[in-house]
Amino acid sequence: MNSLTRRSFLRFGGLASVAALAPGFASFAIGGASRKVVVVGGGIGGATAAKYLRLMDSSIEVTLIEANKDYYTCFMSNEVLGGERSIDSIQFDYSGLKARGVNIVHDRVTAIDPDRRVVRTRGGQSFGYDRCIVSPGVDFRWDAIEGYDAQVAKKIPHAWKAGSQTRILRRQIEAMRDGGTVLIAPPANPYRCPPAPYDRVSQIAYYLKKHKPRSKIIILDPKDRFSKFDLFLDGWKRYYGYGTDDSMITWVSGAAGGSIESLDVKNMTIQADVESFRGDVINIIPPQKAGRIAFQAGLTNEQGWCPIDFRSFESTLQPKIHVIGDSALASPMPKGGYVANTAAKVCAAAIVADFNGSRAPQPSWINSCYSTLAPGDAISAVTIYAYRNGRIVKVEGSGGLTPLKFDAAMRAREAQYAHSWFNNITADVFG
Amino acid sequence: MKKQAILALALMAAGLVSVRSEAAEVSRAVLLGYTCAGCHGTNGNSEGPATPSLAGASKDYLIDAMQEYKSGERASTIMGRIARGYSREDIEQLAEFFSKQKFVPAQGQEADPALAKKGARLHDKYCEKCHADGGTSSEDDAGILAGQWTPYLRYTLADMMAGKSHAPKKMKKRLKKMHKKAGDAGIEHLIHYYASRK
Repeated sequence: MNSLTRRSFLRFGGLASVAALAPGFASFAIGGASRKVVVVGGGIGGATAAKYLRLMDSSIEVTLIEANKDYYTCFMSNEVLGGERSIDSIQFDYSGLKARGVNIVHDRVTAIDPDRRVVRTRGGQSFGYDRCIVSPGVDFRWDAIEGYDAQVAKKIPHAWKAGSQTRILRRQIEAMRDGGTVLIAPPANPYRCPPAPYDRVSQIAYYLKKHKPRSKIIILDPKDRFSKFDLFLDGWKRYYGYGTDDSMITWVSGAAGGSIESLDVKNMTIQADVESFRGDVINIIPPQKAGRIAFQAGLTNEQGWCPIDFRSFESTLQPKIHVIGDSALASPMPKGGYVANTAAKVCAAAIVADFNGSRAPQPSWINSCYSTLAPGDAISAVTIYAYRNGRIVKVEGSGGLTPLKFDAAMRAREAQYAHSWFNNITADVFG
Repeated sequence: MKKQAILALALMAAGLVSVRSEAAEVSRAVLLGYTCAGCHGTNGNSEGPATPSLAGASKDYLIDAMQEYKSGERASTIMGRIARGYSREDIEQLAEFFSKQKFVPAQGQEADPALAKKGARLHDKYCEKCHADGGTSSEDDAGILAGQWTPYLRYTLADMMAGKSHAPKKMKKRLKKMHKKAGDAGIEHLIHYYASRK
């Protein structure tokens, strides 16, 4: 690797003019600095980081290691559950990144060795790095709910990682009789994509209203409030009779006994705090923690998430390893796709600056997030974040939710923008 | 500087170093621009169907638009909430970034040739003076219309007509004149014309 940037070339020239006569100079010039980045995980965070490293500095050698050949986006997977979207439309491969010069390796990472700076895979390959970016998404706390584990999830899907899990839940909803009950059990905070369980409720309710109008959805929630709370409740009132005796949706809050303790698969029953609930279809979204490899690599704290430096997303526990996406502790930013996308860019810019001996730009992040109440009626939440005094802070006066008073025409625009969001973010990540 | 340049040439000649064309320092302007890509597309070329492309618009046009979103002079679903997250300097940097990108016309938008033809005549009469070259030019700080996503054009025109969004005085006058003459259909004809321009 002996190519240099224009800037560092000039800098190097300055240095060289002093060092020109010194012995050993030539080997310094030939050797240059190694610029290898290994990205572990090809979800939204990892794929964005790989693409943008190449965009920012094409002299960086980027390897992306991802077990699966295809990625199914979690965002818009609820539209698949509601029957408004095909599963193929949320499926993406890595050919776009490959065309940008990213070395794609389909294998499972089994170990990261921070001392030797090597990533090892199940297939027996090893990859040395100067910087490693870990973007493993979330893993589930299978010990949290009695009777629910990875094996049971094949029958009682979480559908919190899209793909086969989405297909299973969709099939079950389609097969359910009219008059059946869908139980949906979201977790306590923090978890991937805070409004998504309620977006899911809306999409399934829309499907049921159209095809199986005597059916019910019961939400068993450990929380007493949730993301976009007033907007969801308003939408549920307008479309699904929420708050009336005939409501399709019942929300059991934490205070009302919504926390769940155990699952009885045989009897299709959930034991919650106060009473038990029987469902024809059961969707449990278990509590979460950082992805498996983050634990192996020593990147997690006692709570099971990864502490980082907010300027570069470099782990505060392991040098030269950066953590982005849902595993990173980036409060007050929520865990979700848009945050993973912008954080990946901040992280990539910091790595490029480090390689080139230049200054990293002052970070800036956005979270923007759309949810659907019914087709053609969407709501949004957005926040701009800045870096101040070593912390991530919400920019005062920025962001907020769709106004409750928005009329149908404005909601329809939001629905158009929601689909634009999907088309653009997926092209930005995988294209 | 001269000494460095000579040394640089000497090193290149010796095959010791090569100079890449990319600038590998990521400026704040570039980073800010990149964070918008999830909605406005990589480098500000939107995949649609509704979010507008920002690439290639003039710097002043983009600054004005953001300031108007910020103050509420321009109606929006989400942009007002977003614009209030950026300082004047941030907005200048964002505008700088997007103004330097190459505009790629929207792909796959349907346009009825007969309606587009009617739209072309309306455009020449009422719009061309500022939105030059069939609405492809961003000169004189005009928004690029040709190849822009049409839902966005529809929303913007509707908001300007309804007085919910600020429009330059001349534009307001011409828009009113056009509407008096051709009605709502005229707006649709214009939109078909801009969609037909690839």
